Amino acid sequence: MSIIIFTIILLIGSYFAGLLGSLTGLGGGVVIIPLLTLLLKVDIHYAIGASLVSVIATSSGSAAAYVREGITNMRLGMFLEIATTAGAMCGAILAVYIPTHYIAILFGIILICSALLSLRKKREVIIAQKNELAKKLRLNDSYPTQAGMVDYGISNVGGGFFMMLFAGVISGLLGIGSGALKVVAMDTIMRIPFKVSTTTSNFMIGVTASASAVVYLQRGYISPGLSMPVVIGVLLGALTGSKILVNSTSSHWLRWVFAIVVTFLAGQMIYNGITGKI
Amino acid sequence: MKKIKDADLQLLLGHVLRAGTVISITIVFFGGVIYLHRHGHLIADYKIFRGTPGFIHEPAGLFKGVMQLRGQAIIQTGIILLIATPVLRVIFSAVGFALEKDYLYVGISLLVLLIIFASTLSGHAV
Repeated sequence: MSIIIFTIILLIGSYFAGLLGSLTGLGGGVVIIPLLTLLLKVDIHYAIGASLVSVIATSSGSAAAYVREGITNMRLGMFLEIATTAGAMCGAILAVYIPTHYIAILFGIILICSALLSLRKKREVIIAQKNELAKKLRLNDSYPTQAGMVDYGISNVGGGFFMMLFAGVISGLLGIGSGALKVVAMDTIMRIPFKVSTTTSNFMIGVTASASAVVYLQRGYISPGLSMPVVIGVLLGALTGSKILVNSTSSHWLRWVFAIVVTFLAGQMIYNGITGKI
Repeated sequence: MKKIKDADLQLLLGHVLRAGTVISITIVFFGGVIYLHRHGHLIADYKIFRGTPGFIHEPAGLFKGVMQLRGQAIIQTGIILLIATPVLRVIFSAVGFALEKDYLYVGISLLVLLIIFASTLSGHAV
């Protein structure tokens, strides 16, 4: 296949990956890696590098809008970034020593978990009791709602921090944003309102991905010819996704379709990993 | 007073992130046009991992490549800027927190920068 045809296919594929990733909140990386490795037979190292770059672009682009609206909890994000960047560094270093077929299998497992997590019912919980550590770190904040500014507290800071370490390792190892894991850490462990956890997770994804991208860049994982269409496509797709207003019934339907597609891709990744084709 | 300053910082970080993304994607796009113009007819080969071409791997070679308007070198420069954007955001946060006299968060921001720096060094060692 000539480079020009390959680039056009990648641009289109990445656009839809970015669009779906943005509409479902799973991120573009989870579709990009199977697209590259299964369909286009790209080596998984190059796929991880290109995906990581596209993750940084979407995170920075959308965080720019969210942070101005004042929903993002900057202090919480900064504090948890200690865990995610440290984890990402470990993940990127580990990736060199783990055989690629194990990475493919792990990718499949994480993909299924993320899809299941995205199907969860979301409810807005606001806790008033103040955790000692959260108070010391000045993490408790308020966020704008239709009824005005609402104060919220944060519980189990230690548990959330630990979960972020894990999310960072996964992000560094697999080249995805691991937004689903980050949101779960903040939603279920730290009991933060959903709107705040999604935007804060997005705020953290960029710097987490950068911490492992600096390792991959020097190891030659980030190929310019491959990353160029991926990053442009995913970013444009995510931009389109953010402009489309999805009503709640079609969003539910879309999540199911996406979960099925993702489970299929995950199965393929695991199968190819076990048979040693990746 | 503190609330207003936090809002200022949020606005600043928003600008940094947006500018970083727009500038780096524009560079990637221009590099891509040159790359496709010059190499578009070649066969795409990413099946076996071989790393990246030598000339974009070292800072000096990358700079030379950009000066010679080589597509891959320009794309890679855009990508490096893109990777640097969130790091730049952390640097600006550190400065912002210092202006707010929130020294706990100046420390936390610096710790995040230190981790990224360590990560950069660990990549170089291999």
